[in-house]
Amino acid sequence: MMNLVLLGDEAIARGAIDAGLSGIYAYPGTPSTEITEYVQHSKEAKEGKVHYTWSANEKTAMESALGMSYAGKRAMCAMKHVGLNVAADVFMNSSITGVNGGFIVVSADDPSMHSSQNEQDSRYYGKFAFIPMLEPCNQQEAYDMMHYGFDFSEKFETPVLVRITTRLAHSRAGVTPKTKKEQNSVKVPDDLRRYVLIPANARKRYKILLEKQAGLETESENSVFNTYYDGKDKSLGIIVCGIAYNYLMENFENGIPYPVLKIGQYPLPRKKIEKIFNECNEILVLEDGYPFVEEMLNGFFGSEKKIRGRLDASLPRDGELNPDLVAKALNLNSSQGSAIPALVANRPPQLCDGCSHIDAYKALNEALKDYTPGRVLSDIGCYTLGALPPYETINSCVDMGASITMAKGAADAGLVPAVAVIGDSTFSHSGITGLLDCVNDKTPVTIFILDNGITAMTGGQFSPGHGKLEDICKGVGVEPEHIHVLNPLSRHHEENVKIIKQELEYNGVSVIIPRRICIVESRKMAKERKK
Amino acid sequence: MKKDIILAGVGGQGIVSIAATIGYAAVAENLFFKQSEVHGMSQRGGAVQSHFRLSDKEIFSDLIPLGKADIIISVEPMEALRYLPWLSKNGWLVTNTEPYINIPDYPSLDSIMTEFSKIQNVIALNADKIAKELKSSKSANMVVLGAASPYLDIKFEQLEKAIHTLFGRKGEKIVEDNIKALRAGKDYKP
Repeated sequence: MMNLVLLGDEAIARGAIDAGLSGIYAYPGTPSTEITEYVQHSKEAKEGKVHYTWSANEKTAMESALGMSYAGKRAMCAMKHVGLNVAADVFMNSSITGVNGGFIVVSADDPSMHSSQNEQDSRYYGKFAFIPMLEPCNQQEAYDMMHYGFDFSEKFETPVLVRITTRLAHSRAGVTPKTKKEQNSVKVPDDLRRYVLIPANARKRYKILLEKQAGLETESENSVFNTYYDGKDKSLGIIVCGIAYNYLMENFENGIPYPVLKIGQYPLPRKKIEKIFNECNEILVLEDGYPFVEEMLNGFFGSEKKIRGRLDASLPRDGELNPDLVAKALNLNSSQGSAIPALVANRPPQLCDGCSHIDAYKALNEALKDYTPGRVLSDIGCYTLGALPPYETINSCVDMGASITMAKGAADAGLVPAVAVIGDSTFSHSGITGLLDCVNDKTPVTIFILDNGITAMTGGQFSPGHGKLEDICKGVGVEPEHIHVLNPLSRHHEENVKIIKQELEYNGVSVIIPRRICIVESRKMAKERKK
Repeated sequence: MKKDIILAGVGGQGIVSIAATIGYAAVAENLFFKQSEVHGMSQRGGAVQSHFRLSDKEIFSDLIPLGKADIIISVEPMEALRYLPWLSKNGWLVTNTEPYINIPDYPSLDSIMTEFSKIQNVIALNADKIAKELKSSKSANMVVLGAASPYLDIKFEQLEKAIHTLFGRKGEKIVEDNIKALRAGKDYKP
């Protein structure tokens, strides 16, 4: 009987721990955060001395995990989909070095952009890097795939990418665990030049990677996660990937009349695809995210057989799938309750009452009111909500760290003063190198590091630069007289505005650090003290 | 047995506790369940919902199809209306009537009540007021769950036990406050 109740994220974490994980490396990012948090709170992980502290960003995380794998142990790194962009350099090259201890990368995609700036599909990365992928449809598969994935990774000396989406990450269900495995012991690779990707060596390694592909495809062909279910009605064949399988099943309480190929492992099993393609008159592809499989089936010139999915408008081109959209694609009747009454207003997320960012934005808005608008380049975190009324302070949110460097480019173009607004955690993630560029060019930018002491948006995780911000800025070369720490409270408003105005006038790099603990965190701390 | 439940509210109003209470009770009753939650940005004072599915058979979709929810449990009146497309014809709407106003264009409470009157099966109660009368103002969410409890097909004692499991660490007083709130909701008579 099922004896664990786990979020999809937690099932991945627990599966990894039970499969002999020695370390997880990650930077928080919705919807992946709870994977690392589960390891952090796990008694089993603590007993096994599994590494679990947060990394400065996804790149440092993945490199550390690769290093742990180099030393022979099973390692994992977890991130949201856009985090994989940050770690793309090491990801692409890790397939060429290959791995020693089992190495799993988890990327949590966010179709419908519940908490993200795009809905990129990580499966393209797997294909791009020649890295095999696993895509669970439910919490149990997520758990099981970690056991399978680590064995598979060691057998083929390859990284394995586990791709999930928000819906599975944040949905809870019962999971039956397997027997726990021991951790590997330290053992460096037999071939000590394998990881040295100088060109002469990299060319050899790349050929090895290409030769490996046939074996990976055979594994996919025989995998329990790629199952062919026969059906009598061959007018339609359904290829269904990951969580989309649940939406399909939801629509057929009494079994599906059509052949179904359920995909949970990539590269795609060519023979199984051929079978369903040849047997059926028409193919419907159900996949959450981009039309990854559908595009491959269509090829460049289109297929001689009708392929239905997101590209022919059987399903919407963007956004998350759900049981209703799948029903529509299958021409099934679906019901609907009454419409949402017109009086129901949108309720977007907003900064909490008492949030320090509110006071920082009020002061910045006032200091900027005599300048033309559109000067504030910002970043990713709770403070991004400053784009919305009533503040409407910031003019950009692109990728982690882009505030400082975009402000630099804007200032270089003549938009002076240009302002950057970045959080303390985002600054330590990807802001420091951009600051160095500004210092080297003595760019006229005023950089706000909104320091609330934690990584707030994802739920209050450790902020890697905590307690070190002024020293980092000084160390990078910002002149100490142009570094100001403000107390963002309404009673300090006037003096804060004065300092900001003065630094906006300065023809060089200024750093202003409004510092007050996140209000949610401060309440949590007060509760802890009460206990 | 199959129950599809939509939990609704505003980030921070305690729908996660409602979900966890039903979850523990479901596990004790040996039922299959799936519960989809909202994490991340929307939790900051935005509209949040959770799809909660209970069944004695395997459940596939983490999301409830439109028109298939047996019950909407909402800790906020306007939020209750946001999920009407999911409510089945004979479904129940159980909602708090105390508004949470953090937006400038929040509609009048009268207009919301008018919308409630168009729905076949509604229980609308001021859970905040009831919780305050019990001197347990933080337990309004449990009052609403109590009011919904007759329609969940879960034994009431299991919900009480679940509250013990969920709040046990926080001390006996908090457990008792929540159980009192749950009972007050169950005993509510319009």
